[in-house]
Amino acid sequence: MDKFSSHTGTALPLRRSNVDTDQIIPAVYLKRVTRTGFEDGLFGAWRDDPDFIINKPEYAGVSILVAGPDFGTGSSREHAVWALVDYGFKVILSSRFADIFRGNSGKAGLLSVQVDQAVIEQLWSAAEADPTTEVTVDLEAREVRAGELVAPFDIDDYTRWRLLEGLDDIGITLSHDEDIASHEATRPSWKPATL
Amino acid sequence: MGRTLAEKVWSEHVVRSAPGEPDLLFIDLHLIHEVTSPQAFEGLRLAGRSVRRPDLTLATEDHNVPTLDIDKPIADPVSRTQVETLRKNAVEFGVRLHSLGDVEQGIVHIIGPQLGLTQPGMTIVCGDSHTSTHGAFGAIAFGIGTSEVEHVLATQTLMQAKPKTMAVTVNGALPEGVTAKDLVLTLIAHAGTGGGQGYIVEYRGSAIEALSMEARMTICNMSIEWGAKAGLIAPDQTTFDYIEGRPNAPKGRDWDQALEHWKTLVTDDDATFDEEIVLDAGKMTPFVTWGTNPGQGVPLGSNVPAPADFADEGDRVAAENALQYMGLEAGTPMRDIEVDTVFVGSCTNGRIEDLRLAAEIIKGRKVADNTRLLVVPGSVRVRLQAEEEGLDIIFKEAGGEWRNAGCSMCLGMNPDQLAVGERSASTSNRNFEGRQGKGGRTHLVSIPVAAATAVTGHLSSPSDLPALV
Repeated sequence: MDKFSSHTGTALPLRRSNVDTDQIIPAVYLKRVTRTGFEDGLFGAWRDDPDFIINKPEYAGVSILVAGPDFGTGSSREHAVWALVDYGFKVILSSRFADIFRGNSGKAGLLSVQVDQAVIEQLWSAAEADPTTEVTVDLEAREVRAGELVAPFDIDDYTRWRLLEGLDDIGITLSHDEDIASHEATRPSWKPATL
Repeated sequence: MGRTLAEKVWSEHVVRSAPGEPDLLFIDLHLIHEVTSPQAFEGLRLAGRSVRRPDLTLATEDHNVPTLDIDKPIADPVSRTQVETLRKNAVEFGVRLHSLGDVEQGIVHIIGPQLGLTQPGMTIVCGDSHTSTHGAFGAIAFGIGTSEVEHVLATQTLMQAKPKTMAVTVNGALPEGVTAKDLVLTLIAHAGTGGGQGYIVEYRGSAIEALSMEARMTICNMSIEWGAKAGLIAPDQTTFDYIEGRPNAPKGRDWDQALEHWKTLVTDDDATFDEEIVLDAGKMTPFVTWGTNPGQGVPLGSNVPAPADFADEGDRVAAENALQYMGLEAGTPMRDIEVDTVFVGSCTNGRIEDLRLAAEIIKGRKVADNTRLLVVPGSVRVRLQAEEEGLDIIFKEAGGEWRNAGCSMCLGMNPDQLAVGERSASTSNRNFEGRQGKGGRTHLVSIPVAAATAVTGHLSSPSDLPALV
């Protein structure tokens, strides 16, 4: 996973709440067995609509998605994160994320930043008034900045450290192999096995 | 101080705990299906890693599989490749797989309990958000993404920050004809789609204790629809009776030891929850959704709400969008909404008890003209049991379609989809835009409402049906 410290880019204001993972990528696009190439399925049902904001030429090249509350609800499909990353998004901002989506995004180096709805509203207004508005999401400083706006955000130290260092979870866990083995040794024998 | 059920199960599985870091949790059972696993196995292959505990791993084919002509190759080449990829991975990594055509094949969340693999006090994960279903047995069970699937395959553990705890206490008793599905849809409308976010929820109270295991699974299944990390119910005699004698249940001395432990898996009297919701089951009625998220629901006896009914600006905009997508006018009685397709099935309502209840209502009646009834058992075992009881004949004589097991129209990854503008009454779990097919419109309903709706052609409960002579 690539290291993430700070990102500056233009923002897509998506004024919708409850954008579930079926909206981010419909199930028909989940049949690939690869980890890339999902950008064509991003917002699949809305992409045909020329008025859908992502299709507007002034928002070409956006890398920060500013979404309404409860972003990423529903299915656990990590393909939703891959579709956003494959399209070119580096950061998603929302006032509330579904747990599984937020966890998945960290695994793929996509930063999900939770900020107050008031900050979202300000970013929506700024990006609508001027689509070239540059937004900076600074993980080192735990801050979102856009023009006059400076908004702090919370992120737990552990997740921040992993993203800053670009660390692979499996590698970290395998360094605790002895702990896993000793736990395994104490499991009751009546617990079920599949083989 | 006492501990909650969730805290007890959690602490039994902590492999490593360090300040400022998520806990490392041991996983007792890892369930796998074809959609969210290929990239995880590929990751193992690229890193030269193996599956640490194939003996705690079980795979099945459910999301993509057709429910017709299952003896022929899967027609959609992309679906076929995905299923074949799982078959190859299962062989290469030594994982037990129940393929299409196998008597144990079915929806992953139906077959775990059915085999007796789902037991109290376990940690269970799967690359599928409805893994919360298994919480009905007093297990901590939750959905994970593909990177986490790879992590569990490689290490049999997961890094997880410990969630807060919430009690949902449902007092009283459900009135006649009101089911667990109505209960959970009522709860989700009350709490909102994000209401459970960050919590492991324990469902408790007299109305929960009175439920069968099938009904408890329906409740826990939909925990994710209001954002909860997991939902669970303390195991009791109902739970033990359900498990005993199943193929993977403990036997003999093992059974005695397991039972002794399971009986300790209750929330202590002096334990406290971070949050509590209290509901009265006695006031509940058949409940259906009108919108495009599972929180947008109302009693069947009421009308389609107007955006102006919502105080919150965001809810108002969401309601406007939902009404437009659903093609509904505010103020229309829910019972006047005509339905093209009735779908009975899914990990929410595809168990034998569900099919028995649907058949009891359909028996001797006919599916309405212009309405299609699709009945998809949750597993091959459920299908065979239903056929032994003659339920398939009841559905077919009424004009319904009797299919093979799988996820089917719940998410339309196979050919079972709604057409653009088509409207369904569905016993599944999600009414998201396009969930059951691009442009399809979904109303989430209980089994009795689905069965009655199939007969009348518009949203109905069994009380709307004329008595049989």
